[in-house]
Amino acid sequence: MEVEALLAWARGPGFEWALLIMFGGITLRLIEIATLGRKRDLSLPREGKGSGWRTIVSRFFSFPLLATTNVITYVAGYIFHLGLLIIIFFLVPHIEVWRGVLPFTWGGLPTTIIDLVTVLTMVAMGLLLFDRLTHPVKRLLSTAGDYLAWTVTFLPLLTGYCTYHHLFFDYSLLLALHILSVELLMVVFPFSKLIHALTTFSSRWFTGEQFGHKGVTS
Amino acid sequence: MSASLKRGLQAFDEVIDASVASFFSSCVHCGLCADACLFYTETGDPRYTPIYKLKPLQRYWNQHYTLGGKIASYLGLTTAVDDAELAEWQELIYNSCTLCGRCSMVCPVGNDLTAMIRKIREGMAAAGYAPEDLIAAAGRAVKIGSPMGVRLPALKAQAAHVEKDSGLEIPFDREGAEYMLLLSSMEIMNYPEYLEAVARIMKQAGKSWTLSSEAFEATNTGIQIGVSDIARTLVKRVVDAAEKLRVKTVISPECGHAYTAIRWDGPNLIGRPYPFEVLHILEVLEQFRLQGVLQLEGSESQRLTFHDPCQLVRRGGVIDPPRNLLRMVADNFVEMGDHGKMNWCCGAGGGVGANESAAELKMQAFQRKKRQISELGVDAVVTACANCRIQLEEGLEENEMDLPVLGLTELLAEHLPQREKGERG
Repeated sequence: MEVEALLAWARGPGFEWALLIMFGGITLRLIEIATLGRKRDLSLPREGKGSGWRTIVSRFFSFPLLATTNVITYVAGYIFHLGLLIIIFFLVPHIEVWRGVLPFTWGGLPTTIIDLVTVLTMVAMGLLLFDRLTHPVKRLLSTAGDYLAWTVTFLPLLTGYCTYHHLFFDYSLLLALHILSVELLMVVFPFSKLIHALTTFSSRWFTGEQFGHKGVTS
Repeated sequence: MSASLKRGLQAFDEVIDASVASFFSSCVHCGLCADACLFYTETGDPRYTPIYKLKPLQRYWNQHYTLGGKIASYLGLTTAVDDAELAEWQELIYNSCTLCGRCSMVCPVGNDLTAMIRKIREGMAAAGYAPEDLIAAAGRAVKIGSPMGVRLPALKAQAAHVEKDSGLEIPFDREGAEYMLLLSSMEIMNYPEYLEAVARIMKQAGKSWTLSSEAFEATNTGIQIGVSDIARTLVKRVVDAAEKLRVKTVISPECGHAYTAIRWDGPNLIGRPYPFEVLHILEVLEQFRLQGVLQLEGSESQRLTFHDPCQLVRRGGVIDPPRNLLRMVADNFVEMGDHGKMNWCCGAGGGVGANESAAELKMQAFQRKKRQISELGVDAVVTACANCRIQLEEGLEENEMDLPVLGLTELLAEHLPQREKGERG
C-alpha cells in the first residue's frame, strides 16, 4: 500500500512540483542570461555565409573537424544524446505521457528497439564516465556538478530498464522509482550544466552571428 | 581585498554579458576545445585546455550572476577569486593563448572561448597581472606611438631609403588621398621592403595614397594585453588622422591583430562607425586584381604554401584573397592540411611573441606548424603578417629548416613589370 501511495505521489503532486521547479528554474536561468544584454556591434558587417542560425545547425555535425583523439567523447556522446531523444520521445508509454500535455501525438518504436537503444545509451554513458575519470583534460575540468548531472541522467535509464524487465523489485516500486528519478532530473536540470540543452542554442547563435558578421562560417 | 584586485573584478563585471553567461551555462566540460589548442596538443598539459584558462571568470560569473552560485557563496561552498589565483592564471591567459580562435570553431555547444579570453584579459590587466613585457609595450605605444618604440623620424628615414631605392615618392599627410596606409613597427624596422612593395603597386594601379605622420602604427597592444582604454586611444589616433586627411580607405598592414583591432574592435571602442572603410592590404590587392589594375608577370616555379594568420582568416574573414593573389604568381601553390579558417596558429600571436616569459612555450607550440610545413616539402612559406613571419623565421631556423618566409605583398610586387620598377616617381 505504501508503494501504491508513493507511485500515486510521484504521478501526481511529485510530477507537478517537478514541472513547476523545472519551468521556474529555466525561466530564472534564462532571465539571468538575457537581462545581462549585449552591446550592438558597430563595425561594418561583411557579406558572408555565416549566421547564428547556421551555426546552431552546423555544430550538431562538428565531429569531422577534429582528429580522432577524442573517439569516446564523439562516438559515445552522439550515441547517448540520440539514445536519450529516442527513448524520451518514441517509447510508447512515454508518448502516452506526452499526449497528456500536448495537443498532438505520434507513433512509437517497437519496445525491443527501445530496449536495445537503452542498453547502448547506458553503455555509452558508462564509457563517458570512465573517460571523465581517466582522461587528464576531463579529469581536470570535472566538478561535482558533472558527476551530479551524469547521475541524474543515468538513473532514469537504469530504473526504466529495470522496470521494463521487472528486475530486483516489485513493478510498482520500480515504476515509482523511475518516475521519481525523472522528477529528480527535472529538478536538477535548470540549476546544472544540463541547462545546456537550451543554452547551447543561444551560445551557438551568439558565436555564429559574431563569426558571420566577419564573413566566416562557424 | 586589494584595490587592484577590486579593479580586476570590476573589469570582470564590465565584460560579462549575455553571451558570456550563455557560454558558461552551456559548457559541459567535454574537453574537446583542448584538441583544438596547439598549446595543449604540443605540450599535453591539460591546464592549457581553453575552457580551463577561463576558470576565474567562470567562477566569478557563477558566484555573482546566478542564483545557485550566490547561494553557494553565501553558504561558503565556493571560494572567491583572489590575487593568488590570478597570479597563477597569468601564464594560462597570456603565455598559452594567442587568441587564435580555433577552440571557438570546434566547441560543440558553440562557445566563443577566444572572445572570453580576450575579456578575461581585461580583468587580469586591471588587477595588475598582465605580463611585464606587454605592459611596457603598451606604455611605449601610448607614449611614443609604437610598441617597439619606433618614432616618426625612424619611419621617415626608412621612407627616404625606399624613395632612394625605388625612385618612388612615399607621400606623407596628403589630404584627400584615396588610401591611408598603416604600418606595423615590425615592418618599419624589419621588413621595409613592404613599404616599397606597396608604393610600387599603388603606382601601377594609379591610386593615390598617403601615410600619416600622426598615426602610422597599426598594431594595438591594448587589444593584446586587454586594456580597452589603451586600445581606444590607439584606435582614436588612426581615426582622427584618417578623418583629418579625409581618406576613403584605411589600409591595415600585414599584421593580424592590427587588422582585427582597427577593423572589428575599433568602432566598438570609440562608440561609433567610421566615416571611412578599413581594408586589409590583401583585400585592397584583391580589389586591384578584380579591377584589372594589378598586372603581374612571370611566375614562381618553386613550391609554395601559405600560412594563414589567424586574425585574418578565422577572426577576420579574409580567406580567399591571399589564395587568389598567390595563384597569380605561383604555379606550384599547395595548401597545408588544415588551412583557411581552420588553420593552426604560428604560436606567437595575441601578444605571445612580445612576451619574453612565453619564449620557450611559443617554440614548443611552433612544432605544429613545423610538422605542417615539413609534410608539404615546400621551398618557401608565404604569409601576410609580420608577427607570424618573425615566428616562422625563428621557428624554422631553430628547427634547422632552411626555408625562406615571404610576405605576400612583397612577393606580388616582385612580379610587377620591370618598367614599373625602374620608373622614377
